[in-house]
Amino acid sequence: MTSHRTTRVALIDRSKPLRFSFDGKEYQGYEGDTLASALLANGVRVMGRSFKYHRPRGPWGAWVDDPNAIMTVTLNGHSFPNCPATSTPLVEGMQARSVNAWPSAAFDIKSGLDLFHRWLSAGFYYKTFMWPNWHLFEPIIRKMAGLGDISRDVLEGYSADQVFDHCELLVIGGGAAGLAAARAAAEAGKGVVLVEDHPVLGGGLHQMAEVEGLAPADWIAEQVNAITSAGGRILTATTAFGVYDHGLVGLAENGPFGTAPRLHRMRADRIVLATGALDRPITFAGNDRPGVMAMDGACEYLARYGVLVGRKIALVSNNSLADAAEVLLAEAGAQVLRLPPHDGPMQALGGKRIKGIAQGAKRHDVDTILASGGMTPLVHLWRHAGGKLNWCETRQAFLPGAAPDGMVAVGAVNGAFDLDVSLSEARAAGNGKSPDLSPTSYALTPLWPDPGSKGRQWIDFQHDVTLKDVELAARENYVSVEHLKRYTTLGMASDQGKTSNMAGLAAMAAVQGRPLPEVGTTTFRPPFVPVPLEMYHGHHGKQLWHPLKRLALEPQHRAAGAALGEYGGWLRPGWYGKGEAKQLIHQEVLTARGSAGIFDASPLGTIEVMGPDAETFVNFIYYNTIRTLKPGHIRYGFMLTEGGIVLDDGVITRLDQNRFVISCSSSHVDSVRTHLEAWRQDGNNPDRIFVHDQTQHWATVTIAGPKAREILAALALDVDLSAKAFPHMTLQETHFEETPMRIARVSFTGDLSYELSVRCAKAPALWEAVVKAGQALGAAPIGIEALSILRAEKGYIMVGKDTDGETMPHDLGFGVPRLNKSSAFIGDRSLHCDKANATNRKTLVGLAVPTGAPPLTTGAHLVDGTPPRSQGYVTSSYESPTLDRPVALGLVENGAARIGETVSVWHLGDIREATICAPCAFDPEGERLHA
Amino acid sequence: MTRYSAFNLLREGLRDHTGWGKAWRSPAPKSSYDAVIIGAGGHGLATAYYLAKNHGLTNVAVLEKGWLGGGNTGRNTTVIRSNYFYPESAALYDLSVRLYENLSRDLNYNVMFSQRGMVVTAHSDPEMEMAARQVNAMRLNGVDAELLDRDQVRKLAPLLNFRPDMRAPIHGGVLQPRAGTGRHDAVAWGYARAADALGVDIIQNCEVQDFIMEAGRCVGVHTSQGDIRAGVVGAAVAGHSSVIAKMAGYDLPITSYALQAFVSEPLKPVLDTVVLCPPFGTYVSQSDKGGLVIGGGLDRIPSYGQRGNLPVQETVLAGLVEMMPALASVKLLRHWAGIVDVTPDSSPIIGPSGVDGLYLNCGWGTGGFKAIPAGGYLFAHILATGSHHEISRPFDRSRFVTGHLIDEGAASGIAH
Amino acid sequence: MQIFPCPFCGPRNETEFHFAGELGKVRPATDEKIAAQDWATYLYAQRNDKGLVREVWIHLTCSELFVMERDSETMKVLGSRSLREDAQ
Repeated sequence: MTSHRTTRVALIDRSKPLRFSFDGKEYQGYEGDTLASALLANGVRVMGRSFKYHRPRGPWGAWVDDPNAIMTVTLNGHSFPNCPATSTPLVEGMQARSVNAWPSAAFDIKSGLDLFHRWLSAGFYYKTFMWPNWHLFEPIIRKMAGLGDISRDVLEGYSADQVFDHCELLVIGGGAAGLAAARAAAEAGKGVVLVEDHPVLGGGLHQMAEVEGLAPADWIAEQVNAITSAGGRILTATTAFGVYDHGLVGLAENGPFGTAPRLHRMRADRIVLATGALDRPITFAGNDRPGVMAMDGACEYLARYGVLVGRKIALVSNNSLADAAEVLLAEAGAQVLRLPPHDGPMQALGGKRIKGIAQGAKRHDVDTILASGGMTPLVHLWRHAGGKLNWCETRQAFLPGAAPDGMVAVGAVNGAFDLDVSLSEARAAGNGKSPDLSPTSYALTPLWPDPGSKGRQWIDFQHDVTLKDVELAARENYVSVEHLKRYTTLGMASDQGKTSNMAGLAAMAAVQGRPLPEVGTTTFRPPFVPVPLEMYHGHHGKQLWHPLKRLALEPQHRAAGAALGEYGGWLRPGWYGKGEAKQLIHQEVLTARGSAGIFDASPLGTIEVMGPDAETFVNFIYYNTIRTLKPGHIRYGFMLTEGGIVLDDGVITRLDQNRFVISCSSSHVDSVRTHLEAWRQDGNNPDRIFVHDQTQHWATVTIAGPKAREILAALALDVDLSAKAFPHMTLQETHFEETPMRIARVSFTGDLSYELSVRCAKAPALWEAVVKAGQALGAAPIGIEALSILRAEKGYIMVGKDTDGETMPHDLGFGVPRLNKSSAFIGDRSLHCDKANATNRKTLVGLAVPTGAPPLTTGAHLVDGTPPRSQGYVTSSYESPTLDRPVALGLVENGAARIGETVSVWHLGDIREATICAPCAFDPEGERLHA
Repeated sequence: MTRYSAFNLLREGLRDHTGWGKAWRSPAPKSSYDAVIIGAGGHGLATAYYLAKNHGLTNVAVLEKGWLGGGNTGRNTTVIRSNYFYPESAALYDLSVRLYENLSRDLNYNVMFSQRGMVVTAHSDPEMEMAARQVNAMRLNGVDAELLDRDQVRKLAPLLNFRPDMRAPIHGGVLQPRAGTGRHDAVAWGYARAADALGVDIIQNCEVQDFIMEAGRCVGVHTSQGDIRAGVVGAAVAGHSSVIAKMAGYDLPITSYALQAFVSEPLKPVLDTVVLCPPFGTYVSQSDKGGLVIGGGLDRIPSYGQRGNLPVQETVLAGLVEMMPALASVKLLRHWAGIVDVTPDSSPIIGPSGVDGLYLNCGWGTGGFKAIPAGGYLFAHILATGSHHEISRPFDRSRFVTGHLIDEGAASGIAH
Repeated sequence: MQIFPCPFCGPRNETEFHFAGELGKVRPATDEKIAAQDWATYLYAQRNDKGLVREVWIHLTCSELFVMERDSETMKVLGSRSLREDAQ
């Protein structure tokens, strides 16, 4: 085996072997391994196939910078797609499969595609597949594309926690710099949180022999002890995935494999960024072969997992960090050959297995090639936060420049690749200082892709973007970095360019002969690493997604056998009883017409407006004149938008000179309240008006029907119920069981009707009293479905159903205030715009069907001409049990002037006839209403 | 210009693709043009293309402050549809769909318009009634539409949530079979290449800093690359329309908001249509590459910052998991945002700006991508003739004075 | 997630707030004759500035309107005042 486990001290627990499989073959690893380290320990190097050419691939890096080893992992019967093997912790019983390869990564039947690579260059699909059209080719291409496959079933219990969190100092990165900064700050009394994305702290320290005179593990333990003793918190296996507005940092805390990460919405006063740096690839022929790996990645495999990635290793590096790596690898038993990359063009030899490396005429037999093209600081979060970048010529890298508010960068991300420098600037930052760019012992010779050089040289491994593709993009003038990225798909793979972006930029710079910093960078977009969608979802699911509002009388409704359903955000009785819904609803209608319906109207908005300016205010808020309303009286009216559109309808009651109660639709309470507050505070004297939403304080029970007066009388309240003493559209205040009660004589059914409002606590007693009194007279509870029919029979509208976003009050037959109201009101001027004056406005009408015909379909359109043109639509339509015929309401062009006209009603191509009539089909004279 | 074809691709493959020319030139600006278009996004480039192709006007420049296609054209969720309620909207957006249907061949550039259909679900009886109203309106507008029941929706998108504990159970939906998705960058690049081939100058990294006014008329622009005079100037700068308007001294009924978009890691095919679930405010499709492309509502804060914010991300992505619970463990790859122009009726503004010689194409809100061909086609007509096309006339900015708004949201409940 | 300073409740999560409009809109006196154009300007014209903006927001949980100054490009909040203070 080329790659193998050594006896070096590492972070795995050799006493805990774990069994797992890859592409159907069984292997063993240890607790603390990743999938990739365990496979490497078993000598497996081919762990995936590339996206386009299906080239065999092994891991490049040892952590989140690997674009190659992508697997679908099945555990306990559920598959998790697109797991990076390099950062997936090994778990007993895991079954991993390479994505995008069949039957296995080692033998993939689609590998033949690579033979056609010369025709599959960057953007080839933009140049073909146009004849006869794209639909002929697309299905095949879709099947070829994509990485992992998902389980179609739902994983029960896969649910994320979501927490809000705060700290004084957030340290991102638990390597040397992060630990030092966190300790310094914690010891200075700051509330510190340190996050580290590996499960084990220490970053690159595990590669070292000693740190400040201690073994790395001991040094790390000392820091952890100091941080936690001073009250600091440490979150491992936690990725800071994004920095958002006002310094909010998104943290994804990973639990065991197969569970959803916990989302921390972390708000920190200050942030120390200690995210480190990544080794970048070198662009040479065959640099994508399994066995070509990152130098730093190889050192990590050794230090963390005890895995030596090869036996005969060519170490190709342009920088001074290679010296330590060479020692580390050699001490572990590898033969290391240093190859200066500038000595000539190189080529990796071999296919699935590296056989050697050629440089010029020389050929070296090796089994592994480690490359290091220099360090690239992980500045992603810095850029999310709005920090600037500066090009550092010495380090050949973009380093943090002008800082975003409250953030400093320390350690390798800040270009401090020397441990002592890194520690000292981290400690300074922990104490609140901002480090300058420090001197460095790090030395490198610039090494970038060489356009025109021979061989297939990979820039983006997963997406199969080669140097030739970059040259093609330049030739075709896709030279802006964003065009380059989008045209070639460079940097858009699941590692989001962590391995490819710098090489891509450098290649474009070289092709154009421009300095690299002039080419610029693409945007660093969150998340830093892919995160499961569930993390954003958490408990916002099922019945907790916009939770329903519940009625005080829900137990009574349930006891009465109500069919509860959602209506306007409330859980309300649709109807009562078991059996066929339509029949039950019709029976309720007949009950309401024959005796009385008892209805829970509690969700209706109850908003009080009080104060010396209340009269002027409501007169301005309402379309209708309210000024003339007398205490104890009630008026029906509309609220409009400033655009003149009907916002809500309802009744307004004047309790006394300075006190009004606005009753609005149940689903509009919040918007009406906000509407009132906005006008109260902006444009009025808020000291003279008070708006109080009491919707949740009052419960309302409505008795509607010819027997309503008798039922109410049975409650023996201290109120004269005679039509003369208590006429329609008036209000009486009294007491029910010694608590205040309001009785409004208003009607939404067209029958004699009383709305009884009491405090919620008294609602059950009131309900039971009314139901009991009603039962003796043949009345019964009715649900909202029956109410919808009752009001439609009477021609009463529901705003939002029988109106649309163009409806003005004069479209509904309420044109008088528009012409006559003397004082200003919201929307007034809009009621006289060109459109408002048009003669073809859609107005409310009733629609009658020929005798014996079924009801019209709600949503059907009224049409004329050939081809048919819409002139309106049916907004409400029911079989009326009262009238024993269908009734319907609609909005139709100039409808009010066309009463009696026969119109065509169009639904899905079928045409029926209807006659336009007045909206009110029940008791048009209003005798029952005023009874 | 080498024609794109399977044959030429085969031939070029044999010689390392050395024969492909530039997709577009990078010319230095001339001192004057017959027409100058500000903004090399989809709408600006399409306008230039149709000016040259339909009106023979080739002495045209498109000025772009950054890189072409870099605004909302390159940031949207690529949905193309014409499922509109009002005849005015249907005429506009269906013109666009019809132009899209032939666009790849017209431009000789594969824009990958994939007519995989779009379903808008309905979640209650009243929503089903609205769906019927919508389907009937679409059909009467001459646009394809089908009213689906629950089982039909399930067949089209089996991943949708049909579990009994679903908060908003699916009752059915509206399908537009001809709707679908396109490759957004390719639309910009295809128009750029085709316009360039007809002689149009596309000038990138050229920021318009002010207008050149003479006797109250706009006669050109001051730019970061010098002054450019123009017979007529058209602005197609979605997201920054108000900024340009301020230079010319007029106000627009527009507020800028960030609109976010999201893409997951690539998956093998799991979703064959575009699906929008209004209660969750989320819609999703799967790209040819395999990523789930996810969108939702606007961020609620007026903004010119081209980045998204966490609360809306949580709403949209949590909505997706509610819609399709099997996607819970799928990983989000990246998210981004564009700045969109939002008008009071969420319909675009096309036509005269109020300043002589300066015309507007703006206010597309969240739906500009699908309208690119029509927006360009109509704007070219206006710039070339100085008067409205019948289809663009209702979208003149004068509607805000007359009150003839075209508010789709109000009529149909379908979000733009 | 942005933090907005309600003058009455202190710094709160952005989700508790609702944008109520740009500061400085004055409703024309509609009991007099208003030209359609002027009414349209009042209804619909927006400054929509890029950079420093002064806006009216409502804190939904306390129902108070207030004036907030912020940068519409960087999202930095510069401060807030109650409408009453602002009017002085």
